[in-house]
Amino acid sequence: MTDLAFVRSDLVDAKPPPHRTSGAWAWAQKNLFATPLDTLLTVLGILFLLWVVPPIYNFFIGHAVGPNGTVEECRMETAGACWAYISSEMEFFIYGFYDIPEHWRPNIVFALGALLFIPLLMPKVPFKRTNAVLFLFVYPIVSYYLLAGGVFGLKPMPTEKWGGLLVTLIISVVGITLSFPIGIVLALGRQSKMPVIKTLCIGFIELVRAVPLISVLFMASIMLPLFMPQGMTIDKLLRALVGVTLFTSAYMAEVVRGGLQAIPRGQYEAGASLGLGYWQRMYFIILPQALKHVIPGIVNSFIALFKDTSLVYIVGMKDLLEAVKTKNDTALEWQSANTATTGYLFAAMVFWVFCFGMSRYSIFMERRLNTGYKR
Amino acid sequence: MTTLDTGPAAAPRVSFFNDPVIRGIIYQVVVAGLLIAFIVWIVGNTAANLAAQNKTTGFDFLWKTAGFDISFALFPWSRASFYWEAFLVGITNTLLVAFVGIIFATMLGFTIGIARLSSNFIVSRLATVYVETIRNIPLLLQLFFWYFAVLKAMPSVRESILLPFDSFINQRGIFVPRPMPDEQFGFVWIGVALAILAIIALRFWAKKRLETTGRRFPVFLSSVALLIVLPGLVWFASGASVAFEPPVLERFNFKGGIQLPPEFVALLFGLSIYTASFIAETVRAGIQAVNKGQTEAAQSLGLKEGDRLRLVIVPQAMRVIIPPLTSQYLNLTKNSSLGAAIGYPELVNVFAGTALNQTGRAIECIALTMLVYLIFSLLTSVIMNWYNARVSLVER
Repeated sequence: MTDLAFVRSDLVDAKPPPHRTSGAWAWAQKNLFATPLDTLLTVLGILFLLWVVPPIYNFFIGHAVGPNGTVEECRMETAGACWAYISSEMEFFIYGFYDIPEHWRPNIVFALGALLFIPLLMPKVPFKRTNAVLFLFVYPIVSYYLLAGGVFGLKPMPTEKWGGLLVTLIISVVGITLSFPIGIVLALGRQSKMPVIKTLCIGFIELVRAVPLISVLFMASIMLPLFMPQGMTIDKLLRALVGVTLFTSAYMAEVVRGGLQAIPRGQYEAGASLGLGYWQRMYFIILPQALKHVIPGIVNSFIALFKDTSLVYIVGMKDLLEAVKTKNDTALEWQSANTATTGYLFAAMVFWVFCFGMSRYSIFMERRLNTGYKR
Repeated sequence: MTTLDTGPAAAPRVSFFNDPVIRGIIYQVVVAGLLIAFIVWIVGNTAANLAAQNKTTGFDFLWKTAGFDISFALFPWSRASFYWEAFLVGITNTLLVAFVGIIFATMLGFTIGIARLSSNFIVSRLATVYVETIRNIPLLLQLFFWYFAVLKAMPSVRESILLPFDSFINQRGIFVPRPMPDEQFGFVWIGVALAILAIIALRFWAKKRLETTGRRFPVFLSSVALLIVLPGLVWFASGASVAFEPPVLERFNFKGGIQLPPEFVALLFGLSIYTASFIAETVRAGIQAVNKGQTEAAQSLGLKEGDRLRLVIVPQAMRVIIPPLTSQYLNLTKNSSLGAAIGYPELVNVFAGTALNQTGRAIECIALTMLVYLIFSLLTSVIMNWYNARVSLVER
């Protein structure tokens, strides 16, 4: 009757329990000593750490001169990083040559910015629209008049005196907020069916993306004054802003294009069949989906922009990096073997904190907006 | 029952202004008109400004004597050289640092990218720390660090640090011995060429054998062996020799050997280390993009570990890796322009910097500089398109 050749009637003996599946030792066996090669790598890794970590620790903390130290301590043979130098020059690194009695003005700008920007980042805080309008339209005007002065009895402060972290933040915030809409418009133009607009957008994007930022900045700082009517001068900071913004918007356009291409045709057609016009279609249907797709790319461009603000140094702007380098080269009273290194490490840490923060925030947003694609 | 009118629909009546075709034309005419007006305005302003400053325009300055020094050039350079020669020096210096940097960055980047995926906890964490640290610090800052804080802090010439192979490092850069092959050495190059030809033939033969008999031949190992053995035999047979001229410390500086200026070394270090962190991410993403099912399918086909990687995983990962990898190469080339900040005489420094300042021909200098980068970029994208077309998935 049965075609089965073999049917087992008795149970197989139970296998012994696995040796160890949890606990520190099992973890180490799995992650550190799985194979002989792994063991070798682990040993090499530990040796490397032993070789690298103590000197780094000693330089940064162990033998470092604290913020209240003196230059004599920094000049000692065994001294590590000279944090005293940083703390004594901190004001210059943040404000540049901005008049010291007027430092409260940039401080208000910083505080206002944080007050408006941080709630914008937190998804749970209400009044997003009001907040965004305040941040994007009111805040820049208030900040400009507060920083530049000349109204309401404020002492005029030319942009040549601005410097340090203040300028770095101004360039990156303005660059980010302006390049985003310009980038979207360029990306839409690139997808357009109108040949003239399409060619213009492609030409601009490809030209800008092909050349290094320095050459764009050189162009902005040298050629922009030539392009303007005679007698009209453009502020140096404005020139750098124009260069940085144009450069970033080309990159932004390509990122946004990636998102637009990921939207199925059906979405465009559905929008059209609802009777929406082009801009309504884009604003209500296409862009919300497309931008969600490309958040990592957008944040990457922002991080790149933030790092690239340091390049304005080459066209003679006074950003954070320039402030640090100037002090390294000129602060003779702080001269010691490690002063310059400490200065650069400080600048590196500031940049790192901002960039790393942005990348973490993008991961957080990505998870939050990842609606409907979770598996 | 009602009947639907299914007769030919009348053309929808749209007012003249709402016709999308007409609208499109109007928009384009408006945009083109605005653009032309803008250009005319700019050209007019520029001409007026230049006239007011008594400046001339044109590319005739290229054939004038440059009269400035360039600290590092691959071919003879003197103050009597012309501006077009300065242009060439800039291009070759840019290409040199980009080429060497690409090689280093690729090696470092692939190592770290693979290390990030390692199952070994320590290795993967070390790689993560590297990537997250380097990627988030501006390149210019890293260049300053290498140049001002590391290389410029090296001891003076008198107290140079001795490195292996008779090399020295000091404030003025790295000094390495100069290889001096004798006349017989030409035969060794012929040997190398022969070995390469033999390897190509071997590949053909091995492929043919694989297709007819199904048996594989260890092509890679035998190629390496050929490349070492054949030139080696020629070397012994011809009695060629290579003498090394080591750098020797004289009163004020080293004599002999090859001097790698600190600007070059710092730029090379900075570019390679910075770009490697991006390449590592590209590599990691590429490998992770290969579906796990591919690994399992290869295993169920009974492929060995090495074959699985070589025949199944790597070809698919490479398809994902190569396009962003080339754009990283292009980025490295463009970023080499930051050498201008530490005084490495690359294109931007020499041409958009010194030459521009001396001649005052801002528009011409910047246009030429941008043109060179534009050509690099176009070449890269042509090659990329060709590659993409070659490896793209052929689907039904």
